[in-house]
Amino acid sequence: MIPGDPALTIAGVDAAESDIQAIRAKLGTDKPMLNQYLEWIWDVFRFDFGTSLTSGRPVSDLIMERFPLTLTLAVLGILLSIVIAIPLGVISAVRRWSFWDYLGMLFSQAGMAIPSFWLGILLLMLLSIKYRVFPLFGSGSINHLILPSISLGIARAAVLLRLTRASMVEELSKEYVITARAKGLTERMVNYKHALRNALLPVITIAGIQLGYMLGGAIIIEQVFSLPGLGRLFLFAVYQRDFPLIQGGVVFVAFVFSFINFAVDILYSVLNPKIRIS
Amino acid sequence: MNRFVEIVNLEKTYYGHGFFKRSKNAVKAVDRVSFGIEKKSVYGLVGESGCGKTSLVRSVLYLDPPTDGEVWVDNTLLGGLKATELRSFRRRMQIVFQDPNSALNPKMNIQDSLEEGLFNRGLDNSRRKELVTRMLDLVGISPSHSTRYPHEFSGGQKQRIVIARALCMEPDFLVLDEPVSNLDVSIQAQIINLLQDLKSELGLTYLFISHDLNLVAYLSDQIAVMYKGRLVETGSTDEIMGHPMHPYTLKLFSSIPGMQTTPAADDFTAPEAAASGGDKKPLEGANVCSYCDPCPMAGQECRGQEPQLETIDGSHKVACLKLANHN
Repeated sequence: MIPGDPALTIAGVDAAESDIQAIRAKLGTDKPMLNQYLEWIWDVFRFDFGTSLTSGRPVSDLIMERFPLTLTLAVLGILLSIVIAIPLGVISAVRRWSFWDYLGMLFSQAGMAIPSFWLGILLLMLLSIKYRVFPLFGSGSINHLILPSISLGIARAAVLLRLTRASMVEELSKEYVITARAKGLTERMVNYKHALRNALLPVITIAGIQLGYMLGGAIIIEQVFSLPGLGRLFLFAVYQRDFPLIQGGVVFVAFVFSFINFAVDILYSVLNPKIRIS
Repeated sequence: MNRFVEIVNLEKTYYGHGFFKRSKNAVKAVDRVSFGIEKKSVYGLVGESGCGKTSLVRSVLYLDPPTDGEVWVDNTLLGGLKATELRSFRRRMQIVFQDPNSALNPKMNIQDSLEEGLFNRGLDNSRRKELVTRMLDLVGISPSHSTRYPHEFSGGQKQRIVIARALCMEPDFLVLDEPVSNLDVSIQAQIINLLQDLKSELGLTYLFISHDLNLVAYLSDQIAVMYKGRLVETGSTDEIMGHPMHPYTLKLFSSIPGMQTTPAADDFTAPEAAASGGDKKPLEGANVCSYCDPCPMAGQECRGQEPQLETIDGSHKVACLKLANHN
């Protein structure tokens, strides 16, 4: 089904046919596809993802080892993008066609157009090589994660900014907002208490989905900054036909993604009375 | 300036956001509109959708300040107030919008929505609760429902809540911007009756906006007909309903079921121009009658001169060169 045979990878190119057969039998890849699948499913239900073919260590250990770094990177990235996007988006919407709005538009256009790896390399050249503010590569401290999370966060911020602005503009034109103004509330109350609270709902949904994506590992950014995160783990698993690791990774990413979506839904019901369970 | 609300030469121009030329896409939504409303009376404003009614009310209430002109409410010039003074003056003039679904903040329960404006008036807790309860009661919503959220109510109930919210501020001037056009006919009647009761009970002054001439006639003491940002005919309800004069008013009448005029009067030439009647008038070429294209009786002079409102009889005024010439 998939080109490449892990037995060949393990045995080496000039191994004897009998050795290869033996390895296949050991891995279980000689059995019919359906059997292999059912066995794997059965193991998964017992939280056993098997052992990595290349390192011989349990897949769950390998993933859990890498996950903290990916988690920190993703959370930093999403926080950064929220911190940039929401204030700028709100100012853009409240003062439409002002200097801040044009700045926001410029930022989001640029943010969406700039590839994150290019931004990462640029940041490295400027802040790690020229000015030596941040370490060039490696991991272990929060300093190592600043530049990667900036490169990750900028593109997300660009999307969230447009969304915040659009959502806020829509809320601001609604009649309850105009009524709030007619009630004699201050502009700040009108904008923040009424409009922003409702405008943030779609922003939270998208931010949650983005966080889910980032938790699956950021392959390119991890590569640029040589970070041992999930993205690189899975990338190498694919290179080396490490099937148990690939399968375990897919299940893990799917689980994390579903969990984040679930968490966003729970958060939603707290924020939105319409779907609050009474 | 002895009338309660006095609007003088009000103008509202919207500018486009052209990159190089700001005024390029300017649209005059409200064009030199003047009228006055007596205390405790109902002033009806009719016009097709897009004629500038909503722009007009937003300008009148300074929710979206007018480009030019004066608004006097109870001998106070709104344009002359400082921002903080305007905010506290707002209490006296409230608005009820067309769409009750978007007029209530979906994240606030009814109690909070109604109470919010009262904080600014410095009322204490028990006084606020009492007022909210009284107003909900007045519009026929059980005060025990006050902790519910807007989506738990029907459209008609929401509109009652919106009215209660406006009344909570204890205003004396209430602007009703098509308050029933989104509701069923049976609910419409309830709301209209409610508005009439409230008016006599609380001594309110209404500015009632609608595209439904029947409704306006039923509720109003005075009527103004608006077309493309201009008032084309004003007068008492009897004058307008009994003796409509402006060709546009006649056309509005012909659109009321059961009030058909003769087939000849219905037969307007240049239907494509009439169909685009909702377009706002561009700034240039202001020196024509705004209704000259779809008008069946337009002549040469209508394209070279702009008609002004001229008294026909009593309070009845018409802006039409043809009709003015007859007198």
